[in-house]
This record gives sequence, structure tokens and C-alpha cells, in this order.
Amino acid sequence: MQTGTPEKIFVKGNEAVAMAALEAGCHCYFGYPITPQSDIPEYLSRELPRLGGEFIQAESEIGAINMLLGASAAGVRAMTSSSGPGISLKQEGISYMAGSELPGVIVDVMRAGPGLGGIDASQADYFQATRGGGHGGYRIIVLAPASVQEMYDLTMLAFDLSDIYRMPAMVLADSVIGQMKESVTCGPRPQTVLPPKEWVVRGRAAGEPQNVVKSLYLGDGEMEAFHWNMQARYQELADRECRWEEVQTTDAELIVTAFGSTSRIAKTAVAMAREAGMKVGLMRPITLFPFPKKAYAALSERCKLFLDIELSTGQMIDDVRLSVARDADVAFYGRPPGAGSLPTPEELFEQIKKNYRASA
Amino acid sequence: MKQVFTRPESLKDVSTHFCPGCHHGSVHRLVAEALDEFGIRSETIGVASVGCSVFLYGYFDVDVIEAPHGRAPAVATGAKRARPDRIVFTYQGDGDLAAIGMSEIIHAANRGEDITVIFVNNTTYGMTGGQMAPTTLPGQKTSTSPYGRDTSKDGSPFKMAELLSNLDGVAFSARVALNSPKNVLNAKKMIKTAFRYQVEKKGFSFIEALASCPTNWGMSPIDANQRVTDEMIPYFPLGVYKNTANL
Repeated sequence: MQTGTPEKIFVKGNEAVAMAALEAGCHCYFGYPITPQSDIPEYLSRELPRLGGEFIQAESEIGAINMLLGASAAGVRAMTSSSGPGISLKQEGISYMAGSELPGVIVDVMRAGPGLGGIDASQADYFQATRGGGHGGYRIIVLAPASVQEMYDLTMLAFDLSDIYRMPAMVLADSVIGQMKESVTCGPRPQTVLPPKEWVVRGRAAGEPQNVVKSLYLGDGEMEAFHWNMQARYQELADRECRWEEVQTTDAELIVTAFGSTSRIAKTAVAMAREAGMKVGLMRPITLFPFPKKAYAALSERCKLFLDIELSTGQMIDDVRLSVARDADVAFYGRPPGAGSLPTPEELFEQIKKNYRASA
Repeated sequence: MKQVFTRPESLKDVSTHFCPGCHHGSVHRLVAEALDEFGIRSETIGVASVGCSVFLYGYFDVDVIEAPHGRAPAVATGAKRARPDRIVFTYQGDGDLAAIGMSEIIHAANRGEDITVIFVNNTTYGMTGGQMAPTTLPGQKTSTSPYGRDTSKDGSPFKMAELLSNLDGVAFSARVALNSPKNVLNAKKMIKTAFRYQVEKKGFSFIEALASCPTNWGMSPIDANQRVTDEMIPYFPLGVYKNTANL
């Protein structure tokens, strides 16, 4: 399914996700309508069957995630997408996929919560995404796009990382990134070397081993061994796959840190601060799991003041605090999600000034 | 001397965890015989559910996906859509299929997924210790209906073979029992027909197998077998409820 095009096109973030999935060779998509991500199933319901793939509008998000589990176990690339309430429903299936070491891409276009919440941008599902979300103690790969281009690129990357590390991968966007339109270059699928899927259920031919995709471990020590094995894999992820963006951090005396849509606003505020002669930089994690701990640690060797900004009352700040040097301070500015809570660049610039002055 | 009765190739040469007198073993065997007779073992993917049926992969010599509780029809949907050239079947108990998984089975059936569902109805949650199931009979005492199932509060048992046969997506639906040689032979025929539907790509096929659970019914295997005759079959009549292709 080659759909890559070198030309720049102007599309919504959600559409970029769908286009990347096609280019990545996603064979099956299973979803359920929910704002603000319905452009993804709409796009794929139109394009996927044309390319020989399978689109199912499932009976529920529970149905969709379990279809993803089945398709992934059968060896094809598959994806689902949703938002807050639907992602909560998917947690059962995500836990089973993690327990069964199954790849699969889950796109979460965050909206406000808890409960039905609202359809405005939110970053309050950071914990749900980065701590696994379901029962049993597991992690999944979490990638946080901050532009429509990254919606495309990180969806593509999610498929590769998910296949390589045999665990679900989530693209954690929000309604701003999902709904806004930007120019995007739809590059071709990268020529990543992927491990053979020897574990897939395919029908056991004579002489071949029986393949079983399961998460039940009853044997003495089996479950514990599974956990240590996964722990080692998470460490491998942390060693190899951390991604982040730094802006003007070299001489910074204050480093603003934010992910996703908030980092876009923060970037403008940082530029305002620089114009005003303040030594301020930006640290934007792109992988939320694995969290780029070493990069934060390295920055905090020199810069002792961080300002974490989130569309929540503070979740990522826990990871930032655990990552920076013990003598570094991490200030916080948050706007809990909801209509009208998206901060302006001026508002964030004020926060930068306040913290910068206090440290001077 | 000619050996006339052997273990089906699709079953492993292992002993099962099933209790004495339980009918799961018979259903396993009949499904395995059907796979053998169609010669489809090497292209079959089984989907195990949660409950006594979870160890499907330990007994069937086929590739197996273990589904979350109730979700086997959704998992099977994903597998079949991904690999339409494979034979995909689910094997589910009554709590799994008719309680927590009601949504998944109804919708997979209504979509007419080209899969086979083997539903083992023993009117109780076997693995968890005999709690009330969606198919527990009126007045039946279980560990969570100690005074007997009260239909005014708990509702009446679901008749899944009839219920699903009303959906346009369902091609074949039948209810069988395993409590007598005659019923076992008929069950074999029906299970084979259900797989024939999939082999010939004629649509969604469903088998409801009435089964005994001596342990959780608190009965001897013989009494449990008799209960199938005396109490279950009158409430859950055996028969073919839908056979769209007349196979």
C-alpha cells in the first residue's frame, strides 16, 4: 500500500495519521466514532478497502481493540484510534495485548475528562498512557506529536517500534493537533529492518511448532519471568529509542518543558523571552514512554530551573522531577483541560518572566 | 487387527484438566474430528475464551489466540479479516458468550463474520466455582443464587441458538447435547456442518452444546448426565434453528 507522496499537502492532523497508516502498510483498521478523532475512521473507511485492507466500524471500543488483538495475532499491521472515554474502554484489550506481547498501534486524540468531559484539548491522559493504563503492570510505547507532520511521522514510527519491541504503541495527540491543518510531506515508509514474526498464529502445518498468543502464565515462575523480560525490553527502549527536541537550551538559565500542542505555544513564548533578552530554552519530549530521562539529566547539569507546562494539573512533571538533577528546581504552570483553557503565548511568557526573575 | 477408534490428529496426546463427567472433553473431541475430516487442522486458528475453555491451546494441536473474557468473537473477527484464507473458530462458555461477551457475539454474528462459534452451555460459571450464569435455569441453585434463580430479578435464561438465528447475518445455528450416544452422533454431524459452512465460505455458523458440570452442580457424572435430559433439554430444545444453505 504505497501512498507516500513527495509533494507537500495541506491536511488535518487526523488525516495525516490515516495517511501514515496506509503508507506504513496497515492492513486492518478497527474503530468506533468519537470526537475529536472521527476523521481517522472516516478517512480509512474510504481509502483502506480500495487498497485491499479491512475497515470495520466496531460495535464498541472494546470490540475494536479486540479485533486489533486478533488481527495483530494473525500477523498483519493493524490500528485503532479513539479519545478519552473510548481509550478507557480499550484498556482491557491493551493490557491483554501487552500480556500477549502483541504489536498494534493505538491513536489517542485526547479530549477533556474525566467522564464525558468535553471535546477540547487535554493532556490529562498522560498518566493513563504512560503508566500502561490497564491492569497488571506494563508499559506501552507512547509518542507525542506536536504538529501535523509529526502526526504522520510518529504514526509511521509507532508501527515500526511496535513491531520491533512487540508491544502496543500509542500516538498520544490531542484535539488541537488532531483537528488543525498544516502542510505535511508524506514521506515513504522507512526501510526499517523488522524482526520476523515467527510467533503469529497462521495455522500449524505438519512439522511446525504450535503458536499460541496468550497472556495466561500459570507455571511456577512463568509470570515473574515475563515481567523481568518486559522490564529488560523497557530498558532497551529507554536506551535506544528516546526522542526529544531542544530549542536554545545551550545557554539557557530557564528551560521550559512541554509536550504536544502545549509545546507549540511554549515555543512561541520562548521566542518572546529570547527577544526580551532572557536566556530561555525549550525541552520537548517526543517519546513519553520511554521518557528521555538522560536528556533531562544532562540539561540539568548546567541549567537548574525548569518550567513544566501542561494542559492538566500536572502529570508529566512527575517524570521531569524524577529525571533532573536533585538540585534543579521544576516549576509548574498548568491549565486543566476544558473549553477556553488553552493558554496564549503571552500568558506563558508571563510565567517565564515570573520564574526567570525569581531565580535571578 | 484394524484400529477403529483413535485420538484425532487435531487433539494433543495429553490428559485434560476437565472434571470427571464434564462434557467439554466430548465437545473438544468432536471439534477435533471435524477439523481432521475436513483436513483443515493446518489452516485453523482457534480462539480460546476465559473459563474452563481457556486451555484450548493445551489440548488442540492448532494455533490458538487466547481472548479476553467475552471478546473471542471480536478477536476472531480481527484474525479472520486479517487472514480470510484461514479457518477461525471460537470456543466459549455461557458466562463468556452470553453475559460479558453478549455484545461481541451479537455483532460478530450480525456482521456475518465467516467464523464458527462453539458455545458450551452448562448453565454455570465452571472455572470460578459455580456462580449463576446467563443460562442458569429458573430455580437453579448456584453459589450466587443460593435460593434458586429468581426470574423476576435475574431474568430468564438466554436461548442463544434461537436468539442468534433471528439475525440476518447468521447462516447456521443449531443446539446439540452430549448426554447420549445418539445425541453425541448428532452433535458430531452438526459441528461438522458448522465447519462446512466456513470451509465453503457460506457465512457465520453457531453451535450451542448443552453440557454437564457435575462438580458445580454437586452431582455425580451419571446424575449430571441425567439432568441434561430431564431439565436442560426441555428448556433448551435441541435442533437446527437456521440452515440457510441447507448443508
